[in-house]
Amino acid sequence: MAEHPTPTPEDLRSRTRTLLEEPRPTPLDFLRARFDAGLAWVHFPEGLGGLGAPRALQAVVDAELAAAGAPDNDPRRIGIGLGMAAPTILRYGTAEQKERFLRPLWTGEEVWCQLFSEPGAGSDLAGLRTRAVRDGDDWVVDGQKVWTSSAHNARWAILIARTDPDVPKHQGITYFVCDMTDPGVEVRPLRQITGEAEFNEVFLTGVRIPDAHRLGAVGDGWRVAQATLMNERVAIGGLALPREGGMIAPVAKTWRERPELRTAELHDRLLGLWVEAEVTRLGAERVRQQMAAGAPGPEGSGLKLAFARLNQRVSGFEVELLGEDGLRYGDWTMVRPEKVDFYGRDAGYRYLRAKGNSIEGGTSEILRNIIAERVLGLPSEPRTDKDVAWKDLPR
Amino acid sequence: MNLLYSEVEDDLRAAVRDVLADHCPPGAVPARVEGGEPYDRGLWRVLAADLGVAGLLVPEKLGGQGATAREVAVVMEELGGAVAPVPFLGSAVLATTALLGCATGEPAVADLLGRLAAGTETAALAVSLASAPGAPFPAAVRADADGRLTGVVTAVADAAAAGVLVVPATGPHGSGLYAVAAADAAVEPFVSLDLTRPLSDVRLAAAPARLLPAGDAAAALDAALLTGAGLLASEQLGVAQWCLDETVRYLGQRHQFGRVVGGFQSLKHRLADLWLEVVSARAAARAAADALAGDGRDAGVEVRVAQAYVSGVAVHAAEEGVQLHGGIGMTWEHPLHLYLKRAKADEIALGTPGRHRAALGALVGLPAVG
Repeated sequence: MAEHPTPTPEDLRSRTRTLLEEPRPTPLDFLRARFDAGLAWVHFPEGLGGLGAPRALQAVVDAELAAAGAPDNDPRRIGIGLGMAAPTILRYGTAEQKERFLRPLWTGEEVWCQLFSEPGAGSDLAGLRTRAVRDGDDWVVDGQKVWTSSAHNARWAILIARTDPDVPKHQGITYFVCDMTDPGVEVRPLRQITGEAEFNEVFLTGVRIPDAHRLGAVGDGWRVAQATLMNERVAIGGLALPREGGMIAPVAKTWRERPELRTAELHDRLLGLWVEAEVTRLGAERVRQQMAAGAPGPEGSGLKLAFARLNQRVSGFEVELLGEDGLRYGDWTMVRPEKVDFYGRDAGYRYLRAKGNSIEGGTSEILRNIIAERVLGLPSEPRTDKDVAWKDLPR
Repeated sequence: MNLLYSEVEDDLRAAVRDVLADHCPPGAVPARVEGGEPYDRGLWRVLAADLGVAGLLVPEKLGGQGATAREVAVVMEELGGAVAPVPFLGSAVLATTALLGCATGEPAVADLLGRLAAGTETAALAVSLASAPGAPFPAAVRADADGRLTGVVTAVADAAAAGVLVVPATGPHGSGLYAVAAADAAVEPFVSLDLTRPLSDVRLAAAPARLLPAGDAAAALDAALLTGAGLLASEQLGVAQWCLDETVRYLGQRHQFGRVVGGFQSLKHRLADLWLEVVSARAAARAAADALAGDGRDAGVEVRVAQAYVSGVAVHAAEEGVQLHGGIGMTWEHPLHLYLKRAKADEIALGTPGRHRAALGALVGLPAVG
């Protein structure tokens, strides 16, 4: 591909206006055209929805599109695809894989889910036991995955499975793209404390995955998965919010609209939480600025930890502030929602859903280990299983 | 909003850090503060005059560097990280900002600013260090018809190092800022909790003074307190970062039970949480400095947010440092106590976290009861 100069903000504005000029019959037509114009994610390469531009310039495109009222790709419905699958495919995928998967992933035509955790492999993800055995040009996969958000809507999954039980656990894992319509895939809803089933258990029985859908080398799946997990944590914790956005927004609204709930003690705590929300927002903004400047710092590791703590404290405060109304709950009916929703519904839902923020995508305890070891350079936890073949580990 | 550091700011940090490493290693500070010479005048001369940090906020046409609060914040971080006993906050931040709010075209103001910027004069703003932005104009000092000042101002920072006091006083013509030669006042240092920022009571008995022309002296004073509070967050960040770094370093080498102490998970998790607080404090302090450096429209909110948050982080970092160092953290010999004392005094300085939260409630439309 020919070298092009980096686009300027003015270039991007003009490209966006050109895109908007031509009428499109449906929102999907518009999203496809936007992808093809390189305005989907401008930091991706040309031909894959981007222009090879600095990530920070996406804001220029987004502002133009928002001002024009253009349809978007409903990111909350396809968060796993956008935040986790896409960056991993971009980094480790073959040209064919990028060509096949990225466009429908971004437009939302194909929803993605993540088949990582297992009943016996949570924080110790590398201990996973789902097996993938080579059979001709295919791999045959058997096992069970759990906590799989959006599996019931998903067309594709990113999957890690054990391909070699005779080597230590981190070395025998391979990373695949799994077709969720394969007859060997069974998705069962897993009801959670909110009453609904945002996530699922996924049973894999003789699922056939062509070797062409392997991501990265055989046995290199742990390294590939690290890229996914880092992106997941930034995706969860690094959401761009306006001041007083996110979990603090409904609390501030209630405070303003219902003076009868106010007490002096609640006031000071409310402002303490407002400050924490603003500081957490600034911290995430600073990480985005570092990434945009091409100098990511270790600060990204803390985003999800801060986000979980804030959401849990604020949502707990909200239920308490509501007093008698905090005793009501919207609806315990089992439903299978289309999107992952941290902020929706009522205070009780927000309080309960936020409990997951310190578990999903790496528990806060694991994140503290990571910060202590990789950022602060403190000694690793003792690892008795590190140099033992996976098949010989005590169970 | 730019929350990063520019290359110029990185260079300034490196220059200040070099000077501090040469003149002011933390281990040498405890002996100095008891030696009857609490300020390090040699260090202050190098910083103020040779490096020019005293004039950062002063426009070039008045003899300064024409920089902004962003650069001053970087200096504050480094001075906090060294608990350096120099009158930077009192002179180069509080007094200088108050003067910049006066009529800088008038010789009385311009001359003083020029001398401060050159490092040939040091000033202090004669208000209690516990004053918060938004408070009423102080009533402690009266100006008589001849322009002589009488009154007592308690707990003034850096007055003992100052040649000139900038004194808010109320006289027949209303509120004003006055310049008083320190020699014409009784500056009485008292035993301060913070050993590295000594405080004094200032007594004025018909002291000769010069009214500094100002359109709105109360606004000039309030702007100085707001700027001081916002930049103090960067000093608190420097204190917190030093305590974290030093504690991580110590726990990485201390052995007990045949293991490096820093390998115990309970301690690793405490340090990880502290690291996250310091990272968040950096974002908050940078936001306040950036807001003060810009058009100032958002400075009221960001300064209150930074003060309400970073004050607690500095205290927590110092307290964790003392605890995690074990017995050595309780000794006079180890410099940690200087950071604890600075952090605790800074929590009160220029408004407590609770006061800043209350002020924030009014600014963002979250009213109190009633």
